[in-house]
This record gives sequence, C-alpha cells and structure tokens, in this order.
Amino acid sequence: MSGHPVELAAGTKVDGTALGVLIFFFLLVSVGGFWAARWRRADSPHSLDEWGLGGRSFGTVITWFLLGGDLYTAYTFIAVPAAMFATGAVSGYFAVAYTILVYPIIFIFMPRMWSVAHSKGYITAADFIRGRFDSKILALAVAITGILATMPYIALQLVGIQAIIDTIGIGGRGNAFVRDLPLLIAFAVLAAYTYSSGLRAPALIAFVKDSLIYLVIAVAIIYVGVHTGFHHLFNAAQTKMTTKNPKTHAATGVFVPAKNNYWAYATLAFGSALALFMYPHSMTAVLSGRSRNVIRRNAAILPTYSLMLGLLALLGYAANAEKTSVVGTDGKTNPQLAVPHFFRDQFPHWFAGVAYAAIAIGALVPAAIMSIAAANLFTRNIYREFFVPNATPKHEATVSKIASLVVKFGALIFVLSLDKQNAINLQLLGGVWILQTFVSVVGGLYTRWLHRWALLVGWAVGMVYGTVAAYHQKTQTVHHFGSSLATFPFTHTKMYIAFSALILNIVVTVVLTLVLRAVRAPSGRDHTTDEDYYSESDLVAESLPGTEGGMPAPGAATSRT
Amino acid sequence: MATPARYRLSAGALIAVTILLAIPIAALVIVPIYAKKSPELWGFPFFYWYQLLWVLLCGFFTWGAHLIIQRDRRTIRRDRAEVNR
Repeated sequence: MSGHPVELAAGTKVDGTALGVLIFFFLLVSVGGFWAARWRRADSPHSLDEWGLGGRSFGTVITWFLLGGDLYTAYTFIAVPAAMFATGAVSGYFAVAYTILVYPIIFIFMPRMWSVAHSKGYITAADFIRGRFDSKILALAVAITGILATMPYIALQLVGIQAIIDTIGIGGRGNAFVRDLPLLIAFAVLAAYTYSSGLRAPALIAFVKDSLIYLVIAVAIIYVGVHTGFHHLFNAAQTKMTTKNPKTHAATGVFVPAKNNYWAYATLAFGSALALFMYPHSMTAVLSGRSRNVIRRNAAILPTYSLMLGLLALLGYAANAEKTSVVGTDGKTNPQLAVPHFFRDQFPHWFAGVAYAAIAIGALVPAAIMSIAAANLFTRNIYREFFVPNATPKHEATVSKIASLVVKFGALIFVLSLDKQNAINLQLLGGVWILQTFVSVVGGLYTRWLHRWALLVGWAVGMVYGTVAAYHQKTQTVHHFGSSLATFPFTHTKMYIAFSALILNIVVTVVLTLVLRAVRAPSGRDHTTDEDYYSESDLVAESLPGTEGGMPAPGAATSRT
Repeated sequence: MATPARYRLSAGALIAVTILLAIPIAALVIVPIYAKKSPELWGFPFFYWYQLLWVLLCGFFTWGAHLIIQRDRRTIRRDRAEVNR
C-alpha cells in the first residue's frame, strides 16, 4: 500500500493509505456482521422478536454500545461540527445540551415502555398505541410518521459516507457510476448482513464503531489542545461568528447565545431531547434490552457519548482555527467536509484513515438499525394490521427482512438521484414530525384520559403546522426549509418548529378530549392493564443468568443483598 | 392511571428521584444561567465548559436516581418477605 497520492484518470488524487485503512475496517465489520447471525443465537431464530429485537436479550453493556452506536450517527459526526464551523453555537453546540437532557427524560418514561412492550409482546411504538387506545388509524399514523422520519435519516447516513469518500479523493468529477460505486458496494454488503443477522449485526459492529470513535476523538482533542490551543480555537471562532456579512450586516453566527436566542437554544435542545426516543430506531434499541434496569443504567452511562459528541463539535471550531479548506472535489464549498478535511490536513494518512473508518462505520450501525425499525413498523402496523392479520412469526420475520432491503435501497436511490439538500430538508422535517407522536406515545404510557380521536387530530395539526412553518424558512442560499427555527405563533420569539408544533398538538388534543368526553364518544378498549407497565419490575426476581461480559443480571444484583 | 400499591415508591424516594432528575434538566433548559463567556477554564468560555461538565454531572444524578429506586425496591421486597415468613 503506497503512502503517496495516486493519480486517477479523472485527475483527482486518491489517498491510498487512508483508503487501505478504511477498506480494512470495512472488511472487519462485514465479517462481524455476517458472523453476528450466530452470535447469541436463539433456538427459534425465525421471528420478529429474534431478527428485529435480538431476542430482547441484550444486557447493560451491549445495550450501551448499541444505543451509543445508534443515536450518535455518522451524520451527527459530520453535521454537528459542520454547523459549528459554519454558524456556531445555536445551530451546533445545542446538540450537547440536547444529548444531556435526553437521559433524565428517558429515565422517567422508557422503563414503562419497556415493561408494557415486554409484557404484551409489542415490537413498535405503534403496537403499543394500537393496544392502548384500540385505534388502528392512530397506530397507522404513528407508524407512518416513524417510517417517514426514518427514511431521510438513513439517506443522511449515506451523505456522511459520501463526505468521507469525497475526502479520500474518489468521487467528484468523472463517471457517475464509478463515483457512486463505493457507496453502492458498502450498502449492498450492509443490506446483506442486516438481512441475515437482523439487529445482532449492528449490535456487534457497534463495538468496533464506538471503540474507533472514542480513540479518534481522544487523539484529536489532545492534538488540538497541544497544537492549536483552546484559547486560539475559541478566539478564532469568536472572531468568525461575530464578523458581520458585508451584504446583510448580520453576524456570521452565534458564539454564545444572547437574549434574543435563549428560547431558540432551549427549545432546540429540549424539543430534540423529547423527540429522540420517539424515533423507531431508538425504540428498537431500547426494547432489545433485557430488563427495566438495563434501560435505567444506560440512562446514567450513555452521557459518555455526549461528552464525545461535545468534543467532536469543537473540532468544527478547530477546523476553523486551522483554516481548513472545505472545498470538495467538485470545487464547491461544503462545511460538511470540515471534520474529514481537518483529519486529512492535520494527521498522517493512516490515522486519517482510522478517523474516516470511524465515521463511515458510524453510518452503517444506525442505517442498519433504522432500516430494521422501519421494516418492523411496516410489518406489524401496516402489513399485518391491514393485509395479513394472521401472519405467523416466521412470516412476519420474512416480510420484515424484505422490507429492510426496500427501505435501504429507497434511501440509496434517494441520495443518488436527488440533491442532498432534499435529504437534509426532510431530516429537519423528520424531527418535526416524529415529535408529534410524543403526545400519543408518552401520554399513553401514563394516562388513558386523552381520547384517541383527539390524539389523531392533534397529531395532524402538529404535522401540518410544522411542515408549513419549516417550508417558509428562507435563508440567503435556500428558499425553503432554511432553518429549524420559526417565530412561535402570535409572538416574535424564535423557537424550534418541532417544539411549537408539539405545543399546538397538546392544546388541540386536550381541548378535543374534553369535548369528546363530554359527548361520550367511544374510547375503545384498553388491551393493557396497570400491571403491564411494571412487568418484570424490580420486585420480580429475575431468573436470567448473568451471561454477559462482567455485568450480572439485574436480578442477581438485587438478590445479593 | 393509579400505580398498583406494591410498585409505589416511598414518598421520600419519589421526592429524591424527582429532584435528582429535575436539577440537570433545569440546569440546561434555563439558558441564561450559562450563556456567558466568563469565567474561562483552560481557554474554554463558560458556555462551553459548563455544558461539558453537565454531561458528567447528569450521569451522576441519573445514576443516583437509579440507586435510590433500587434501594427502595429492595426495602419493599425485604418487608414483603418478612410478612410472608
């Protein structure tokens, strides 16, 4: 393997060493992905519980890797520092506050979700809605929202891989097929092992992904501290963000939020935190846990990933301080290249290769889980509900496997055929949409007072308001979907659109519930009991042996005393 | 929905858990607390290091809430075991 750039016919330089390292890690995780089918194998592997939830058997450690690998995606690794690089704190650093806030919040309601899902055999959030509110339509709304929000998110994982491929020097000009070939191969392999191994594949690969990303961030941040210096890093960022655009006289970005964007920062962080665990891929990872305590423990230990994310965000400022060029091989300026180019310019080729591998594999784990989660929603809440009500578990697993392929290739075609701005716009909308299921899902965990029809109308109002508000956001460069912030109705305060939509959603739901209850509209039958929300609670001794690396089963931990 | 009696946390545990979880949420949602540059720490403006520090603190607070729930459950279980005996 040569350390020197190789000239390709198209005239771009390919970093052979970095490419070699990337291919090595890709092969490693591919072997792992296929082998995962045999890992912790169950006696009856042909069911959605096994393929789609890893047998609901993961302990604290595996769940930590799986959720970390799932929630902190490649797109996050690319987009958060890119936002820091381009416009600073409000669009970028809020992700730190957001990924802290999320844990106390899920600590409260996720154990209940786990229990009722475990007790009733629910695989998706929409399954729960169906059982709780006895409404096929509300469940369908939740399922479709989940699928719609997930698709562009998968597409963005591909955009993350594209940034890496572009940095290595493959891509840019030249034949479109040759340019997209690496992405096609990577995705075909991913699709194949997800098909055969289900959720076990990303769970196993997550170990590699997370170890690599921690290593890369540790090295990078020490380098930045010694070489760039944090004083210089923040001074350069402050200078850039406070510099006014000569045309618009507006500041480039925000270094530290001021009075006029406190609400923006707070609602972005809080709204995103509420939304995160409404995403199907988060739900899938949580439900694959072995017990309530696995969820609670993870709420306490997952913030380590947020620390990593915070340091990674600062690499956007580091790229700025080091005057990293963000011009891609196609000659266009693209802030998303800030982190890949920072590694390319500041580190030896082989280490840059490790960083690229961390990001690229970071795309594969969530893409696999997202496609599984979307496929589960399709199978359970559309296919079985409306077409084949008596599907056997084996039949369900087969449908889900095929659906996961369709979902992934849909995302691939999306990225290759449309402008990637579309994927980014849709992901923004995805966040707005998914939060609208919060009222049904989390509300439903605590009360059945909310009426199913009111929830459906509230959801629809939130969806429409959020979509329209996002559509009308203009910036200098784009006419629509320019920002995730909009003024809250009847005020001048800018807030996260998803959060404003949620407020409207809640108001509509509550008011309509009062009306519907007054006229005694039928509210259906609750298929869950109060006990279900505590099943396998801490009071029930668990007989599961502590099989997993070093961590005793929760039951074992409590029975020692 | 009424919590079945045997799963109910003791009042003390409930208050403690609520406080432990509310503190990190308040510390980050109330942006004016930390939207300032000084005091700096190792070159980091306050706004930046305060949030990184809360990553760690939040983990401790959440872990604390977990331990309290565990202990409360154990106490209940022991009491029930004694009643059964």
